[in-house]
Amino acid sequence: MSVFTSDDPLLQVHNVTRYYGDRIGCADVSFDLWPGEVLAIVGESGSGKTTLLNCLSTRLAPTTGAIEYRMRDGTMRNLYQLTEAERRLLMRTDWGFVHQNAADGLRMTVSAGANVGERLMAVGERHYGNIRSTADDWLGRVEIDSDRIDDDPRSFSGGMRQRLQIARNLVTHPRLVFMDEPTGGLDVSVQARLLDLLRRLVSDLGLSVVIVTHDLAVARLLSHRIMVMRHGNVIEAGLTDQVLDDPREPYTQLLVSSILQV
Amino acid sequence: MPVRLYLNGVSKSFTMHLQGGTVIPVVDKVEFSVNAGECVVLGGPSGAGKSSILKMIYGNYRCETGQILVTIGDDIINVAASEPREVLRLREDTIGYVSQFLRTIPRVSAEEVVAEPLVAQGASEAEAVEKARGLLSRLNVPERLWTLPPATFSGGEQQRVNIARGFIAHYPILLLDEPTASLDAANRAVVVRLVQEKKEQGVAMVGILHDQDVREEIADRIIDVTAFASDEAA
Repeated sequence: MSVFTSDDPLLQVHNVTRYYGDRIGCADVSFDLWPGEVLAIVGESGSGKTTLLNCLSTRLAPTTGAIEYRMRDGTMRNLYQLTEAERRLLMRTDWGFVHQNAADGLRMTVSAGANVGERLMAVGERHYGNIRSTADDWLGRVEIDSDRIDDDPRSFSGGMRQRLQIARNLVTHPRLVFMDEPTGGLDVSVQARLLDLLRRLVSDLGLSVVIVTHDLAVARLLSHRIMVMRHGNVIEAGLTDQVLDDPREPYTQLLVSSILQV
Repeated sequence: MPVRLYLNGVSKSFTMHLQGGTVIPVVDKVEFSVNAGECVVLGGPSGAGKSSILKMIYGNYRCETGQILVTIGDDIINVAASEPREVLRLREDTIGYVSQFLRTIPRVSAEEVVAEPLVAQGASEAEAVEKARGLLSRLNVPERLWTLPPATFSGGEQQRVNIARGFIAHYPILLLDEPTASLDAANRAVVVRLVQEKKEQGVAMVGILHDQDVREEIADRIIDVTAFASDEAA
């Protein structure tokens, strides 16, 4: 069914600003995110997109502004007024965070199966057989062979590590996933496979996603909406294909016209 | 038949900031309506703004002024003033678009590409794929290609995949952007039949068709887009 029918936003961002001393990280950002919606944040290095992502995911407190999230019981809560226990539970269960560098999101010295199983144990699963079979199922969904379940990710290629990180994040059926350049640093063929996998998982699971990328092709393929950032400000936002095909702002026009055609 | 689509005072221009802010006027004060079961063809030379009008109706281009009103049951929605979510919802169940070129996605097979819009409308995967195969077969896409990703197909094969994708689901409004551009006579005839079937189902269509024969067979009305030319010197 359509993911565009829900009336209640999942995330509401109000005037979020973050300073680093005198310098602006991101300034006065506001938007709503609805269930099932994929929002891409694009812009060049230093534009503030990662700062914003970190503010949204409670990894970096904004200087001013508020971020509200709809909890599973339907109540809207200000993220920075949650208790530490509530915040940790949210991050372990209802949210995922996919890092550009898979090693930042994985435990490199435990097995692939344990990397996935660990998130399940965090939500209270205790039965070893269930954990292992769920982990095995998820490795399959991200196209990692079952016979690698006991290997640790140090022996995995970059693409496999990234797929394992995705499995680790999605196993608890989160509602909101943050992604920071998830395809950065991968070969194009590996990138294509990962993108296709992400596209299917996002749509099958009805995930809401905030994805930071500097790659407009990734934004076009995965996202419904796009926000273009420059010098910490959102300079243009809207439907992804509209912004990319009919860009208004000089900087967006420059970004779009800088794409190499193949 | 009831009016499905009404454009009123629609204007479009492009401001090219990288070329010193040059403003390129496209169309001005576009006004026409399309009834259910009617196929309206936009006429005029290349560059007159035909594609831009289709893209504005689909919400792919923004318009500077005017309204693009779509009737859904008792509701009237203005595409030109809709939030992104509303536009996406309209594209799922109300407005279909057959573009000239297929945007291929790595690793997605032709039959899945075709089935996708029907799945988005709530059909089961199996039902959608079966219908997709039927359409690919009607459009003479060889069966050995159905399970392959269309990225490596010929231009004509890609276009037929795209046509199948555009026609598989029911949309009350269907936009056709040169659907027959690189097709042979046999396949053009298939497209003509598909359009006629849509008409019988009450679909309102707006098309761009350079092929004279196809145009004569399916157009109920031709609207000359040059009538909406901007007063120069913008």
